Amino acid sequence: METIVFSLLNGIIYGLLLFMLSSGLTLIFSMMGVLNFAHASFYMLGAYFAYTVMGATNYWVALILAPIIVGVVGMGVERWGLRRVHANGHVAELLFTFGLAYLIDEIVKIVWGRTSVNYQVPDALNFPLFTIYNAQYSAYRIFILFVAIFMLCALWYLLKKTRAGLIIQAALTHPHMVGHLGHNVPAIFMGVFGAGCALAGLAGVIGGNYFITDPAMAVQMGPIVFVVVVVGGLGSLEGAFVAAMLIGLLQTFAISINASFADIFGFLGLSPTSEFGSITIASMAPMLPFLLLVLILIVRPTGLMGDREV
Amino acid sequence: MTTDYAALEPSRSEKFRQRILPLILFALLLVVIPFFGPSRTTLTLLNHMGINIVFALAFNMLLGRAGLLTFGHAVYVGLGGYFCVHILNWIDASDGGFWSSVPVFSMPIWGFAMGALAGAVIGWPSCKRSGTPFAMISLGVAELMAAFAYMFDSFFGGEMGISGDRMSGPEFLGLSLGPLDEVYWFIAFWTFVGVALMFAFTRTPLGKLSEATRDNPERVQFIGFNPTRVRYLVFIFSGAFAGMSGGMAAVQDEIFTPESLSLIPSGAVLIAAYIGGIRYFTGPIMGAIVLTYMQSNLSDYSAGWLLYLGLLFICVVMFVPNGIAGMVYGGYDAVRKGKTAEVLGQFALRALGVALMAVSVIVIVEVAFRYSEGYGEVFEPFGLSLPPESVLTWILAVVPLAAGIWLTRHVTRKAEEV
Amino acid sequence: MTNFKRAALAATVSVLAMAGSVSADTVKFAFIDPLSGPMGSSGDAGFTSFKLAAEHINAAGGVNGDQIEVVGYDNKVSPKESLVQLQKAIDSGARYILQGNGSSVAAAIIDAVNKHNARNPGEEVVYFNYAAVTPAFTNEACSFWHFRFDAHADMKMNAITDWIKSRDDIKKVYLIGQDYVFGEAVAAAALEQLSEKRPDIEIVGNELHPLAKVKDFTPYIQKIISSGADAVITGNWGSDMTLLVKAAADSGLKIPFLTFYGGSLGAVAALGEGSIGTLYQVTEGITNLEASDDQYALIEEYKDRFPDYDYYYHRAFVTMNMFDMAAEKAGSNDPIAVAKALEGLTYDGAYGTVTMRAEDHQAQQPLYISTVSKDVKYGVDNIDLGWALVDNGTIPATAAEAPTTCKMERPE
Repeated sequence: METIVFSLLNGIIYGLLLFMLSSGLTLIFSMMGVLNFAHASFYMLGAYFAYTVMGATNYWVALILAPIIVGVVGMGVERWGLRRVHANGHVAELLFTFGLAYLIDEIVKIVWGRTSVNYQVPDALNFPLFTIYNAQYSAYRIFILFVAIFMLCALWYLLKKTRAGLIIQAALTHPHMVGHLGHNVPAIFMGVFGAGCALAGLAGVIGGNYFITDPAMAVQMGPIVFVVVVVGGLGSLEGAFVAAMLIGLLQTFAISINASFADIFGFLGLSPTSEFGSITIASMAPMLPFLLLVLILIVRPTGLMGDREV
Repeated sequence: MTTDYAALEPSRSEKFRQRILPLILFALLLVVIPFFGPSRTTLTLLNHMGINIVFALAFNMLLGRAGLLTFGHAVYVGLGGYFCVHILNWIDASDGGFWSSVPVFSMPIWGFAMGALAGAVIGWPSCKRSGTPFAMISLGVAELMAAFAYMFDSFFGGEMGISGDRMSGPEFLGLSLGPLDEVYWFIAFWTFVGVALMFAFTRTPLGKLSEATRDNPERVQFIGFNPTRVRYLVFIFSGAFAGMSGGMAAVQDEIFTPESLSLIPSGAVLIAAYIGGIRYFTGPIMGAIVLTYMQSNLSDYSAGWLLYLGLLFICVVMFVPNGIAGMVYGGYDAVRKGKTAEVLGQFALRALGVALMAVSVIVIVEVAFRYSEGYGEVFEPFGLSLPPESVLTWILAVVPLAAGIWLTRHVTRKAEEV
Repeated sequence: MTNFKRAALAATVSVLAMAGSVSADTVKFAFIDPLSGPMGSSGDAGFTSFKLAAEHINAAGGVNGDQIEVVGYDNKVSPKESLVQLQKAIDSGARYILQGNGSSVAAAIIDAVNKHNARNPGEEVVYFNYAAVTPAFTNEACSFWHFRFDAHADMKMNAITDWIKSRDDIKKVYLIGQDYVFGEAVAAAALEQLSEKRPDIEIVGNELHPLAKVKDFTPYIQKIISSGADAVITGNWGSDMTLLVKAAADSGLKIPFLTFYGGSLGAVAALGEGSIGTLYQVTEGITNLEASDDQYALIEEYKDRFPDYDYYYHRAFVTMNMFDMAAEKAGSNDPIAVAKALEGLTYDGAYGTVTMRAEDHQAQQPLYISTVSKDVKYGVDNIDLGWALVDNGTIPATAAEAPTTCKMERPE
């Protein structure tokens, strides 16, 4: 019982954090077909901007301001970089963001130094909210939960219920038609890219002090974000949400399983001292998302809830 | 009016000039290099260039030729290389028996076989897809393999990897493979074999079909081929050649560690191939040479070498999508068409513009790096002192940049007018 | 004509100057470690320490009259790239190699140095390892050309288990580590030593997780809480270490996390006050130990010169000073002579006596267990938290010592 409660709670929080990170990427990916390799770098920028803004003002200002700055940077990247590369195809776009990730990493090191910065949870949220089974749950974890849910609702409302959302959705599938109807499609693209980056920035503000803020944080977060987006399916915010939750829960539940391969396949004669037999499910847990990615793409290339092939 | 297709066939001299001559020149170049008496450092660098040339070409069989982007091609280099280091140890330990008659010289063949096997196993599920799903599967597989490499110590040797001794076993062609200049001949031989074979591959029906599958898989299906199978076969060959470069690396470095399977070398080969130019057969060769040199030597001059590399890469993607090879062949074409003077003039102006921008970028980066590290060091190129607060620094950071941008734009506009 | 004479004179002078510089040679040290990229800062912290140590020796007259020069070679923590840089270093005349980050790189360098020395007699190089802690390097894989100035993993574990022995309130211990050779070796050493020194202690968990893949350690922390552990032993480094302790602080788990790498750059800054009384480390010295005024001056000079870093690599100074002693003793800067003189050499360091054990080239030195505290003389990471010695935290060299299986082959 204890294990299940813990795993559920942790899985949901981790899943929501993953969702915050990947929702922006899903937006960009589904709209422009660009797998933004630098997405995790924008997440990092969010954390660093928040650190700087927090130093000058306070956390709440940073929470609003940092994502906006990241969004503006993202719009600049789209306007003067990506748009130019667009003519050379998707591979070129992808490689552009690949190079951009390198660049942002290095610039962050020049500006903020090469080691981690002291970006801490604000005092107002730095207290244990409740305790279950001897483990404290800090208020900040619950705060993450609420911010993520708020973001999910806001995004959903914006995309499904407003006029701007309709245009974006239309531009997603039929950019030429939308252009003919008199909308400025390049501007929409720029806006969406900026918004996607801003969402990554928001995740950075939240995740930067929950985890650590250092120049390696982008590299560490990079791959898992792709997994969420691709498993969830292209063009599907719901899919990204489901995938993020699935991965969060899968991973945390797996950590609590101490069984080894020998315990499971022992009837086949696998010895617990052999190299393969001694591997436990728990130690494999962080690799499961990648296994899931490969399997899903082979079985169902549209992803869980996507409507077209990735 | 009917076209006489026979007349379109290249003449024998054209065939020779286009297909055989470059290979002969390449072989000559490889043979001539040692006569300049390169130092051991240069030899090490040349050997790594050879390895990376084969790897980059193998990678480009997928990206450039078959249109399959992969983020995990180092997996095949790693598996081939690991297998070869194991063989090195078996040869060393053997006392009579099969392995004692195997020369170390044959390592790339073993790597080739292992790479092909790995490609056949991993390629089977992943080649059912193309485009982005294929790229993402390769990313997932690469992450899994890199993690496994740390878990299964008996094959991968854990963090320390596995080392072997290239001086064991029977000698071949009188090469003991001890000193680096003998290793150079080994690498040169196999680099040439790899390049020639991969060039020959582009001329085979399968090579041609892979390009057709890249451009229009449906039409390939119409004429009776299965695109999935074409991709799968190309994938096996590409994995095999990557494994071959792993075998070469096993002899050169005599050690393989789990990092060699990770995303880092996979990303590096992508950058190398793209900078060189993925549309040309020779592009990845040029890219591999440039990138290997930069990786090993740029760090001697500047702590910000990664930043320069990133900038260079972005600039290539944005402004020179056909890479170095594209520039070289573009210039060559212009010369052949008799527009030498015009092209040369434009090229000189552009080069000047780029050089001006480079001056500013270097000043900005170097000053920023020294400022951020805070040791109080001052950037002093050619006896100029450029502290961050000096006016000269700011002038050098802004004026050449503006002038360079203006110049290149001006040239581009003129070229477009013509 | 005068022009010609002047030119000839200038040429003569410059030739003489060159001849002069040959007689007052430089001893070249090649520092092969990451100086760029994600690990760049940790390599740079070592590099600056070695450079300062060399400057001090040079200022005091050099080694046998020669000046030491430490040149950095960026290996990007890649074993392959390290081999290129090693060749570059050897060709540029370096006979001493310094390296520490990553056992994979260390293994590649030991292997390459062994082969180079066998294939190029008369051109030997010696490798001073200042931080790669895999025990094998001074056991089954030991080499005459390799000297380790850091305590290896089993010795550090000896220190940790010795300290646990003195703490009767610790009854349950949880082991967690990264899933690769090093993590497994740490867990195995802990199991073995605890069962010997404190058979009453129960190992309530022995967990491995993949290297640098876990972002949220909270599920692991809750497993630890459920197990009722009184202390955690971990060999984790980098973000795996920081995130683990951070998650513990968030969940209100206030038990000692005994780490090897708690003192890594930026870890205390990232953890903030959550690290007080939670994060423990074992090292060969901390700045807040009682020491001579000279040592305090050195610590302050380092901080002053390199404000991004703290005086952490004490062993860099030990390495250079012991090299200086050995070379003076041998009367030569030749690698073989120095290596032979280093064997069995004893050096009175700021934090105790260091002996280079002759059988396996493993430095024997006292180790210290410390934890993060607010009440310290020197903070780290430019915040006011720093490392303070814990009760019974001084582990004498004899207690930390580990036996060796090394069968060393020495050159004639």
